[in-house]
Amino acid sequence: MSGAATSRPAGEVVLAARNIAKSYNGVKALKGVNFDIHRGQVTTLFGENGAGKSTLMKILSGVVQPTSGEIVLDGRPIVFSSSTDARNHGISIIHQELSLAPNLSVRDNIFMGREITSLTGVDYAEEERQVRRLLEELEEDIDPLTPVEELRLGQQQIVEIARALSVDSRILIMDEPTSALSATEVEVLFSVIRDLTAKGVSIVYISHHLEEALQITDHAVVLRDGNMTAYAPRADIDLEWIVRNMVGENYDLGSPPTGHGFGPVMLSVRDLTVPDPAGGGYNVVDRMSLDVRAGEIVCIYGLMGAGRTELLETVAGKLSASSGEIVLEGKEISHLPIGERIARGLALVPEDRQRFGLVQTMSVGQNLSLASIMEFTRGIFTSVRLERALIQKSIRDVTVKTDGPDVPIGSLSGGNQQKVVIGKMLATDPKVILLDEPSRGIDIGAKAEVFRILAHHAAAGQAVVFTTSEVNECLSIAHRIIIMRRGRISAEFTSDITKEKIMAASGEAVAA
Amino acid sequence: MTQTSANRMSSQVSSVKGTSNPIKLLLKGRAFFALIAIVVVFSFLSPNYLTVSNLLIMSSHVAIYGILAIGMLLVILSGGIDLSVGSILALCGVVAGALMQGVELKPLGVILFPPVWAVVVLTCALGAVLGALNGILIAWFKVPAFVTTLGVMYMARGIALLMTNGLTYNNLAGRPELGNTGFDWLGFNRLFGVPISVLVLAALAVLTGLMLSRSSFGRWLYAAGGNENAADLSGVPVKRVKITVYTLSGILSAIAGLVLSSQLTSAGPTAGTTYELTAIAAVVIGGAALTGGRGTVRGTMLGAFVIGFLSDGLVIIGVSSYWQTVFTGAVIVLAVLMNTIQYGARGIRR
Ligand SMILES: Nc1ncnc2c1ncn2[C@@H]1O[C@H](COP(=O)(O)OP(=O)(O)OP(=O)(O)O)[C@@H](O)[C@H]1O
Ligand SMILES: [Mg+2]
Repeated sequence: MSGAATSRPAGEVVLAARNIAKSYNGVKALKGVNFDIHRGQVTTLFGENGAGKSTLMKILSGVVQPTSGEIVLDGRPIVFSSSTDARNHGISIIHQELSLAPNLSVRDNIFMGREITSLTGVDYAEEERQVRRLLEELEEDIDPLTPVEELRLGQQQIVEIARALSVDSRILIMDEPTSALSATEVEVLFSVIRDLTAKGVSIVYISHHLEEALQITDHAVVLRDGNMTAYAPRADIDLEWIVRNMVGENYDLGSPPTGHGFGPVMLSVRDLTVPDPAGGGYNVVDRMSLDVRAGEIVCIYGLMGAGRTELLETVAGKLSASSGEIVLEGKEISHLPIGERIARGLALVPEDRQRFGLVQTMSVGQNLSLASIMEFTRGIFTSVRLERALIQKSIRDVTVKTDGPDVPIGSLSGGNQQKVVIGKMLATDPKVILLDEPSRGIDIGAKAEVFRILAHHAAAGQAVVFTTSEVNECLSIAHRIIIMRRGRISAEFTSDITKEKIMAASGEAVAA
Repeated sequence: MTQTSANRMSSQVSSVKGTSNPIKLLLKGRAFFALIAIVVVFSFLSPNYLTVSNLLIMSSHVAIYGILAIGMLLVILSGGIDLSVGSILALCGVVAGALMQGVELKPLGVILFPPVWAVVVLTCALGAVLGALNGILIAWFKVPAFVTTLGVMYMARGIALLMTNGLTYNNLAGRPELGNTGFDWLGFNRLFGVPISVLVLAALAVLTGLMLSRSSFGRWLYAAGGNENAADLSGVPVKRVKITVYTLSGILSAIAGLVLSSQLTSAGPTAGTTYELTAIAAVVIGGAALTGGRGTVRGTMLGAFVIGFLSDGLVIIGVSSYWQTVFTGAVIVLAVLMNTIQYGARGIRR
């Protein structure tokens, strides 16, 4: 960490964007951006959701073509015809949205399109050896032969990182590589990044975890509405500088809403046991009990694999428990289908938005209204007017940056897609809302916005349960913090606890 | 420097706008333009093509494929496929034929002649049962749709052959003294000059169109086909949606079977062979995605008319039936190619 904090002299520029502009159907995502990548250093790109960060990175890695402007590699202008072309020039990218084939194994995903061949076909043994070495370096215990679809989201992200590392590139672009990683995994990734930069590899880093990014970066660049608005070396900046340049004002994640008493118990989980859905033979949730009252905000903190996602998915009805009960407002609901649970006021915002949150063939508006179709159905027909009203309200409530409700969901930036998933479930007007990593991929302003909305809902008498891998989020708005470890509650705190105690209770090595 | 790049950008933007709009329009309305092109070309080649009577006759042929294609569209929207429609059509036709011949109740020593409305209801019920069988196997037992409906396709065809011993029921007119006349009404009669079968198709298309665009079921269907997991977590009853679409597809196959045997005044066990493929082709030409979640009734109807008007046109100008097959195949490949271009251009982000 010390190396990054005192800024090194700016290294020579290896890759640069000159006056890059990009528009999608007339919408300008980038408006003439200049951007330098220095040899052996980390450049971090900050910016709100939809600022154009991913678009710029896709252009630099040959995934999309700029509308105008040029790319300069080692001082010479160059045009990348495809991402393979860019990769051959030593540039690789970790995409914000995972680009893995779910049915293939970890090994096959990592070597997809670049199989190591010998005279007898693909040399699987050699591939496997390399994958094991990479995963060891990332300190991750994953069998290279596991199909990717059986991995947790965080592990999938590790695979995505391993794939980029396996290429031996000179320039490595990481678009939100840590959004689903735990603090420990981030530490490991950072030490890998330090090794790489020491070897002269240049890194571009994007993250909405600002403090985390400040630990690793050498240069900070801020994008806003497709323009570069600020640039500075690490030594000259702090958190406040980033936020000010990103959104123009300072944000506070808020504090637990006060001034309202807690109501009756809304959600009660009794001795819930859930077997491993992948058939691992152990219990991912182990005789767990939890009560949440009306008006209360509960944060569940834990490492990857602690069973947080499985707990929420079981309560929502996606997984089934082997024993135990789930009681909503005094009524047992374990036997009810998901739709019925939603109708009774229980909503889940899932962690993996691509697989479980969004219908990619539908528009932004149709995604937002998907969980509340019955709300605007009159007789047998849906009411266009009521649906419009509901969609407009959702777009305003969660501040989705979109060209209107009818554009395809895929045209939104990652963070705005996340807001759509949250907005969809809030539109069902739930009494108990469960959110699995709701802040994944959203910018600091939006995060404050989401937490403000949650606080508002709690004050209105709803019960809120959310998980997070960022301790600060727990501390900022939760009334109660529950630490999960191996499927059980290992500790329970009120909001006046310190960060260190939380991390220790979760079994996380506290950074010295 | 900035000046030139700005100029370059604006010129690029305008050139994109200038070329892409007509192309986009052509791409979006491709089935419509294809239909116009077919009508225009054949009108030149044959003076009889573009006459009201010929158009109506061709439309009554299209009705069969069109009804099947509506069911197929629903199934394809859900992300599945139904290969059994042609066989269900044949089995339902044969059963209707058998009912028209009278059902002998041996122990009572009587022969029952159900009235035509009862024949229609019973036949549709049979189609519904077979479709529901497909749906239950697919939704509850997770058998892949391709395999399930392939199995049902063979079974339905086999039963139709067993029932008739391979022969055809020829006399479906019924007898006035038995009170079961009127079966030919579906295939031969006209209302305001339009064949009943075409009116049936139109009514079914309008109803399905309303269902897809305006009912909650329609929205569920698009969501379940687009991303089953996300739909499920949003409370969409995905299994029920699947069972419903296969059941509807079965009922529509039964209706097509009734129309076809009424038009032919006979019901044979080999009727409708390969019609499932024609129905799939109509849906695909109509712009639906075989991966589910995308497609409209309007498109599918245009697709059915493209296929029907093309093959009838080729017959009218005397092209051999072998060439008809080649042309139809070419149209399908072209349609799928354009689907890829259109959905590829949408720019689905990873
Ligand atoms: N394929 C596309 N089609 C249409 N518009 C797009 C497309 N890709 C991006 N955009 C638009 O470009 C803008 C910038 O998007 P981009 O994904 O680069 O944002 P981002 O800075 O990465 O945001 P986030 O932090 O949410 O990931 C957004 O307004 C987005 O809607
Ligand atoms: Mg992005």
